[in-house]
Amino acid sequence: MSILGTRVMRTEDPRLLTVGGTYVDDLRVPELTGAARVTFVRSPLAHALITGIDTEAARQAPGVVAVLTVQDMDDLPPPPPAPEGEPPPGSEAAPLPLGGVWSEPLLAVDRVRFVGEPVAIVITDDSYLGEDAAELVSVDYQPLGAVPDINTALAAETLLFDAAGSNVALTIGAPTVEGAFDACDVVVERTITNQRLAPVPMEGRAVAATWSDGKLTVWVSTQNAQISRFILAGAFGMDPGAIRVVAPDVGGAFGAKIGADRDALIVAWAAKHTGRALRWVETRSENLVGMTHGRAQRQFIKIGGTRDGRILAYRNEVIQDTGAYPRMSGFLPFLTGLMAAGPYDIPHVETAYRVAVTNTTPIAAYRGAGRPEATAAVERAVDLFAAEIGMDPADVRRINLVPPDKFPYSSGGGAVYDTGNYAAALDKVLDAAGYAELRAEQARRRERGDVLQLGIGLASYVEITAADAAGGETARLMVHDDGTATVYTGSSAHGQGHHTAWAMLVQDQLGIPLEQVTVIHGDTDLIPLGVGTYASRSLQLGGTAVRNAAIDVKEQARKVAADLLEASEADLELDTENGVWQVRGDPASSRSWAEVAAHAGPDGLAADANFTTGQPSFPFGTHLAVAEVDTETGKVRMLRHVTVDDAGPVVSPLLAEGQRHGGIAQGVAQALLEEMVYDSDGNPVTATLMDYAIITAAELPSFELLSQETPTPANPLGVKGIGEAGTIGATPAAQNAIIDAVSHLGIRHIDMPATPVRMWAAITEATSAPITGESQ
Amino acid sequence: MIPATFTYQRALSVDEALELAAQAGEDAKFLAGGHSLLPLMKLRLAVPETVVDIGRISELSFIRDEGDYIAIGALTTHSELSQSSLLAEQLPLLAHAAGQVGDPQVRHCGTIGGSVAHADPAADLPAVVLALDATIVARGPSGSREIPASEFFSGLFETALQPGELLTEIRVRKPAGPGWSFQKFTKRAIDWAIVGVVVQGGNVALVNMGSTPLRATGVEAALAGGATAREAAGHAAEGTSPADDLNASRAYREHLARVLVGRGLEEAAARG
Amino acid sequence: MKVNVTVNGSQVEAEVPDRTLLVHFLREQANLTAANVGCDTSSCGACTVLLDGRSVKSCTLLAAQADGREVVTLEGLAGDDGELHGVQQAFRAEHGLQCGFCTPGMVMAAVSLLEENPDPSEAEVRTALEGNICRCTGYHNIVRAVLAAASERRPR
Repeated sequence: MSILGTRVMRTEDPRLLTVGGTYVDDLRVPELTGAARVTFVRSPLAHALITGIDTEAARQAPGVVAVLTVQDMDDLPPPPPAPEGEPPPGSEAAPLPLGGVWSEPLLAVDRVRFVGEPVAIVITDDSYLGEDAAELVSVDYQPLGAVPDINTALAAETLLFDAAGSNVALTIGAPTVEGAFDACDVVVERTITNQRLAPVPMEGRAVAATWSDGKLTVWVSTQNAQISRFILAGAFGMDPGAIRVVAPDVGGAFGAKIGADRDALIVAWAAKHTGRALRWVETRSENLVGMTHGRAQRQFIKIGGTRDGRILAYRNEVIQDTGAYPRMSGFLPFLTGLMAAGPYDIPHVETAYRVAVTNTTPIAAYRGAGRPEATAAVERAVDLFAAEIGMDPADVRRINLVPPDKFPYSSGGGAVYDTGNYAAALDKVLDAAGYAELRAEQARRRERGDVLQLGIGLASYVEITAADAAGGETARLMVHDDGTATVYTGSSAHGQGHHTAWAMLVQDQLGIPLEQVTVIHGDTDLIPLGVGTYASRSLQLGGTAVRNAAIDVKEQARKVAADLLEASEADLELDTENGVWQVRGDPASSRSWAEVAAHAGPDGLAADANFTTGQPSFPFGTHLAVAEVDTETGKVRMLRHVTVDDAGPVVSPLLAEGQRHGGIAQGVAQALLEEMVYDSDGNPVTATLMDYAIITAAELPSFELLSQETPTPANPLGVKGIGEAGTIGATPAAQNAIIDAVSHLGIRHIDMPATPVRMWAAITEATSAPITGESQ
Repeated sequence: MIPATFTYQRALSVDEALELAAQAGEDAKFLAGGHSLLPLMKLRLAVPETVVDIGRISELSFIRDEGDYIAIGALTTHSELSQSSLLAEQLPLLAHAAGQVGDPQVRHCGTIGGSVAHADPAADLPAVVLALDATIVARGPSGSREIPASEFFSGLFETALQPGELLTEIRVRKPAGPGWSFQKFTKRAIDWAIVGVVVQGGNVALVNMGSTPLRATGVEAALAGGATAREAAGHAAEGTSPADDLNASRAYREHLARVLVGRGLEEAAARG
Repeated sequence: MKVNVTVNGSQVEAEVPDRTLLVHFLREQANLTAANVGCDTSSCGACTVLLDGRSVKSCTLLAAQADGREVVTLEGLAGDDGELHGVQQAFRAEHGLQCGFCTPGMVMAAVSLLEENPDPSEAEVRTALEGNICRCTGYHNIVRAVLAAASERRPR
């Protein structure tokens, strides 16, 4: 019986539960003995010219090794020249910065464009003294007009980049097609907000670096050691071979630790510049303004269809607030457009987007990266359409979901969905949730005029994983002469449990027990080629690479075992239950992996794999949320959350459920609580964890997860990515439930998050007497 | 993240605490549980030169039945208050409210004296102490004095305590009747109250409706005049000056005060 | 000033600046890096340890306040023979951790909770953990782990 699909406890846990993980701040390696601490001096203003920096007092402070500004950065190569002419078609998909007039420096040169932008660094013997010394760095600012939001950006009275002539960095897509909605009986349109979020991994950003004997070693809390190495090499004009990047244990990332960011480059440069080993561990306050934010889209949605529920046309037009620097170019709204139609068979779909800069923290990927935005928009649109025609939102969905016989399906947004069984997921969830009884309970409460009203919300979704499948993923598998195995993987776990899953894959193929399989990741000296973990790509690409390497090892071993047993290969079998090679039907002949590997030679057995079919995959599902709203106070309680998240065959139920749980929590958090808020001067208002309302155990119910597995042909495991699916489905289900709870008052939409004050304002407005305008 | 440099001193008796504070002068702060002071110091919003740690003055940690009143030592933790069987029987409002402060870790450290002396209008216990018409006992260089709660809270984070004076005890008369309620309205369970309402008999106090905890005198007068709970609740926002902030507008706070006073009065009535 | 704390049964003494936070004393003087710093407003609980048997946020205490007292961290939870504490076992069995950063604090908070409330309901567990933030697990399995540990301890 295969170990795949069984509940296996994680091999990572014994260490994490007894001595804790080794994150960057925990590293006690010899190279970092005596490492000095880096403290950043950051801009307190959203938009200003720097007219002077006085570091004298700071340099005299106790324990200060150095105070560095851009003036000290004369040992860096010049930035690459601005690209000429129009960006090539399709380049809006490229995750590379636009560069040119939109370039972002390392330490600020003569201008700051967001609160938190790095201006100087102080290097001290310890972090306590660093905080003291940083206060002594005196920066003279000449404030400029702040551009705190999209409206101000579009008004263009102040430009962030004067040479650009505009605050709009990209415009993609056409105005609406003439007559596109004419055939619709009913058309609903609305401008909605997908609000700015902070990723808040429990470990913030952290970097340690040493420069010794011509080699730069950088330990960084990253999702991609190899990509980080290339970024560092490019930034410093160095041969990648002279750089080693190590990802130690990483305390969560959620897309916000892709590669090495601006602040990490500054620290690595400073280590090279000073020759001192350095360590930087950001505080949470720094993290909330210095780590990239997520989402931040204004969305214009327009949906039209027939009175009996058929959707004929849908337009999704996005203005992406990208923050002060367009680090991801148009990539996020590009993905939003690609997935705009969701799981629906809509004949006419239009997408368009603009990317605008504002004096706020730059935006980048955050769990779902462009796809939660797409799903939130279309799921709101479907509910608005359902409300307009007076049809149950479950029925509207069922009518319009792509039927199972239409795959592969070319969706209106442009993506081609591989496999799907959408209506089955919807019906499974409705059944398990007891939908009819929930509606009945809602009706009873409405009838009685209860203070506590019930809302039921749905979201049917499909999302794209391994969007960058072309990059593939690497694996090297070695079987040693003691019978143990080592996997070197290009994937880079930061909580996902790859070590356990990859060991399961090896045990499945070879019969080597998973406790005897060591998995190594995230060290460019050991694994020079790899992509890392984001886009929910790891199991489908990295896992398949491990599987393929194991199959390769198996075939090598077959030859070796045949020689060892003096039998023909055709007569041999691998007994994966016991992990032995033997002549078929003759257990007495069995040889262990140790013996076979030893017989192969001094280095045992080894195989490399680099896997991709170049195809992304499309997990899907339905979420149902039940919300209770106190209509007197506006307080919302989430009562239930029921899901199908179908990502194909489940290799590890434990790990898959964990990913779904975590995703659901972050998804519900967006609907209910979280928002990064800036004031009109561009100052972040939610700059600590007291004010940024990250969700806790007390605000969530336990979740009800249902199973459904629809494989993909994109890889031999048949698996799709599960990491972001929960988040994508959960947000709109929760939002729709909350709005549904008060829809009987005539409310059609409430922007996220559903804070008590926002709910109360919506309820009050809906229930005010229209003639006198007085509130109740 | 790290406090500015300061000198740490430890007192093992009230006299020693007063002595050390007198020596250190104006820039000294008492440290009890530290869960109001240290968060401010870590953000460098408070930068005392001297911190006098009074956390080991065991004589200040007690809950005693003194006949017609309960005496509570300043260093009694929120956790001890919430788990006290004496309070559960005699002052359930206080036991319950203390169990709502922060989270379990905060409650293991934070003290009633620290919370009341810090006088954050958004905190729970100052309003409870006000609703209970408690007496605050303070010791200073010139001796001991008793300050009625109604005279204790003078402004935002300001109390009647003089520099160098230590809050040592809080005395609460045993309530006449069994009716009480504590309505703490938050966005998340861990959050400070957006608005809170404390009811003990005919006394009603408000959390976070001004720069100090406030008695809802309009409500109390209406109740005394025979109004129903609902009618009385309509007066909840009178005499208040709630803030406009991230979590609530002034109008919303006034609305919440009315709703929560109504609910609090109904719950108190249901208790007897 | 000189601070002497009994950590996981052993005395740790060091001369440290007065303003040293307990969490840094543990991480640097006692060389126990399981307790993590996750925020600067006493919000996240990643630094939770036991002080005289009760859960506290070690980032919101001066090392001086723990002078002469007993601290237990995650590293001191298992028995001398290495046998895992029931809460540690339950977290593993129920997959109550992913990246592990919040875990030391979460486990210590759970240990303290069960000392004070040996048979909590799900709602009580969720409320008791309101001061411990996890970004990875969605809390579902953490709650299961705490309830499982409670159930394991219950006399049969």
